[in-house]
Amino acid sequence: MKSAVIVFPGSNCDRDAAEAIRAVTGQAPAMVWHQESALPAGTEFVMIPGGFSYGDYLRCGAMASRAAIMPAVMAHAKRGAPILGVCNGFQILTETQLLPGALMRNSGLLFVCEKTPLTVENGNTRFTAAYQGGREVAIPIAHHDGNYFADADTLDRLEGEGQVVFRYRANPNGSARDIAGVINTQGNVMGMMPHPERAVDPVHGGTDGLGVFESILGSA
Amino acid sequence: MKAKIHVYLKPGVLDPQGVAVSVALQNMGFPEVKSARQGKLIELDLHGVSGEQAKARADEMCKRLLANPVIESYSIEIE
Repeated sequence: MKSAVIVFPGSNCDRDAAEAIRAVTGQAPAMVWHQESALPAGTEFVMIPGGFSYGDYLRCGAMASRAAIMPAVMAHAKRGAPILGVCNGFQILTETQLLPGALMRNSGLLFVCEKTPLTVENGNTRFTAAYQGGREVAIPIAHHDGNYFADADTLDRLEGEGQVVFRYRANPNGSARDIAGVINTQGNVMGMMPHPERAVDPVHGGTDGLGVFESILGSA
Repeated sequence: MKAKIHVYLKPGVLDPQGVAVSVALQNMGFPEVKSARQGKLIELDLHGVSGEQAKARADEMCKRLLANPVIESYSIEIE
């Protein structure tokens, strides 16, 4: 499976993402700089990594969502290809409106950085099928702006359509309805605040993030 | 010509920073503060456009970048 990791100024989980993708798929991803205007030919999976693109100026993910590479990412999404945004990548995907809602400052105002227990709410997605019905996982979070917000109608729709993919078991940031990750209606674009790429090797202290990458590989 | 753009959170959107500001003010001896909402002021220096054009262009800038319609509203003043 050919993958690409989009790199913005201020991305800082891009190499972790690349290593996780390489470990699971056996193929190192292309690292695509934000000023490019096209994805490498044959790209299937695209990952938008965590970090602090453009210093989080204006709003987290706002500048990155308007970067030169993004029209190509949007077109890739429209074609139905799998796209995963983690942490800042999730913020960027909401800013492009490929995913509903917005991520706001944590309700406790603190940067939170810890291994977090999650529930896999929907195990029938291209990003979670490899959990094989496993419901409880622990994946690290590290963010200041992970407080998921959407209006009540949108939240009801997300719940009704199975678009809430991950939920916190102990809400660390004030997210509406404990939401940690959501997927689009087409089922090919997912965003999550927890970092699955930081839980893919026993030396990370856990391997519960592997399922995300194995699911993507399995769905390609 | 200047465009002053105020971006603020929509009513009903929790503003934890505003809450922290209001609690701090209350603790400092300003009990009359019942709540605070924190927003942004963005000043743009504009050249080569009329006042009317400036307002329309600033509105487009807000829609495309400066405000996130999911959580924010904005107002534009041209001077």
